Amino acid sequence: MDFISILSIFVMACFVGYYVVWSVTPALHTPLMAVTNAISSVIVVGALVAAAAAGSPAAKWLGLVAVALASVNIFGGFAVTERMLAMYKKKDKGPAKANSGGSKH
Amino acid sequence: MAHLAVNPWIPFAYLVAGVCFILALRGLSSPATSRAGNRYGMFGMTIAVVTTLVTHEIASLPEIIGAIAVGGVIGFITARKIKMTDMPQLVAAFHSLVGLAAVLVGLAAYLNPIAFGIAGADGIIEPQSRVEMGLGIAIGAITFSGSIIAFLKLAGKMSGSPILLPGRHVINLGTLIAILGLVGYFTQDQSQWIIVTITVLSFLIGFLLIVPIGGADMPVVVSMLNSYSGWAAAAMGFTLHNTAMIITGALVGSSGAILSYIMCKAMNRGFLSVIAGGFGADAGAGGGAGGAPKEQRPWKRGSAEDAAFIMKEAENVIIIPGYGMAVAQAQHVLREMGDQLKKHGVNVKYAIHPVAGRMPGHMNVLLAEANVPYDEVFELEDINGEFAQADVAFIIGANDVVNPAARTDKSSPIYGMPVFDVDKAKTVFFIKRSMGGVGYAGVDNDVFYMDQTMMLLADAKKMVEEINKALAD
Repeated sequence: MDFISILSIFVMACFVGYYVVWSVTPALHTPLMAVTNAISSVIVVGALVAAAAAGSPAAKWLGLVAVALASVNIFGGFAVTERMLAMYKKKDKGPAKANSGGSKH
Repeated sequence: MAHLAVNPWIPFAYLVAGVCFILALRGLSSPATSRAGNRYGMFGMTIAVVTTLVTHEIASLPEIIGAIAVGGVIGFITARKIKMTDMPQLVAAFHSLVGLAAVLVGLAAYLNPIAFGIAGADGIIEPQSRVEMGLGIAIGAITFSGSIIAFLKLAGKMSGSPILLPGRHVINLGTLIAILGLVGYFTQDQSQWIIVTITVLSFLIGFLLIVPIGGADMPVVVSMLNSYSGWAAAAMGFTLHNTAMIITGALVGSSGAILSYIMCKAMNRGFLSVIAGGFGADAGAGGGAGGAPKEQRPWKRGSAEDAAFIMKEAENVIIIPGYGMAVAQAQHVLREMGDQLKKHGVNVKYAIHPVAGRMPGHMNVLLAEANVPYDEVFELEDINGEFAQADVAFIIGANDVVNPAARTDKSSPIYGMPVFDVDKAKTVFFIKRSMGGVGYAGVDNDVFYMDQTMMLLADAKKMVEEINKALAD
């Protein structure tokens, strides 16, 4: 890929990011940070390339350490996001509450 | 090498991974869709990793699996064990890992450029890739050392007070210019000393940039470092020509930038003045510092029984929790209080200021953990009009965010910060340890002295427990 196509993807993705992130409800800003943490660890792709390649033992070991660090983030980031999101619950819609549902508006 | 360029499915797979990451963030527009979003994120990451593994000649599969396993287990256990109050530290720690990983990948790409397809057989790295690599390493290193300082400050392992070095602006600016100059020079000369110096200077500047920033501004700092970790990933994506990394980097970069903006606006602080540092007291919270109010004004003291009696009879109660509530671990008893009031037919709502916690959305997580339904929790702008109809505003662990001086007193350090109009409520209960302490900003609060205010002076958790007891009687 030439530079200008990569730059185009980057610029478009910045716009997508801008609009998508503004649509995130403020109540979920902490999970947002946790999940962005997890996905920015896609840098693991670069780490894997370095770790997999033959030729430079130093590069391989740097890559392996980076793979381990990024893995902490990937597993930790997604797991902690999942844990937080599981806590967000709506009001109980049990039978006791059913009659009061209409009073809101 | 050849099969890398030929197979069109590889860039396509990375694109799919990138789209999954967009959907992961998109899901967070509502708690109802958020978990599906998170699954998309996991799916996208799996695609990215598997694609990389199956399309490269792997000389060291067992080591790679081992590295993933070690990292994965550490990450997973940490994620399961971490307390929700400690979430800001965890996020800061995670940022530092992304930063360090970016530095290591950048250095590995420098050492083995042929594996990354950015150099000819002679090992001469393309000049454009050198710039991307240099910037990626620099941003990654700043993210790493900056996040370490943010982590130490948030975890209370280092004083939250700003540490101000003399001449720091000159030192910082000089270091930044030196880094950029070296990245420029790197295009002419790919000697090892240049990349090493860039790395060292960037570690240093990350440290220098965050050290002068006070505990009160940490929500902005954490968001800002979130943004940096994204830009670091994007820079590495440019180096590797990898769509998934570029899309993700752009998403995370924008996300952190927007959150920083929201936090700054919520504190009415200019981004540059936050970066310049020097504002805010210790992160220990609860407003321990600060002397007695300058002038002695009359105020009323209430009891748990008063609070229980008045709230039981009320129609609308708005609870304003602040970080002091989390410090006192009062969120569970607070939710019990809400439940009891609801049984008495009271309409209970929670009002959250954007900077109520130690990071964006932190208070919402703490309330969710205490089983407060998210549809009872409202943001500042959505609920501020309702105080005029509220019978009771119940302030627990918050202070500056209800200070009317932010609206009226131009000389106040918090002037212009958006605040809750609690002074419009019929009755105000204000839980506070003592009359001595003031908020982060170190300003007195007129709400203490209003006719309709009753001060409940006690530890937040004990006071709410007593109110619960009185409500049950």
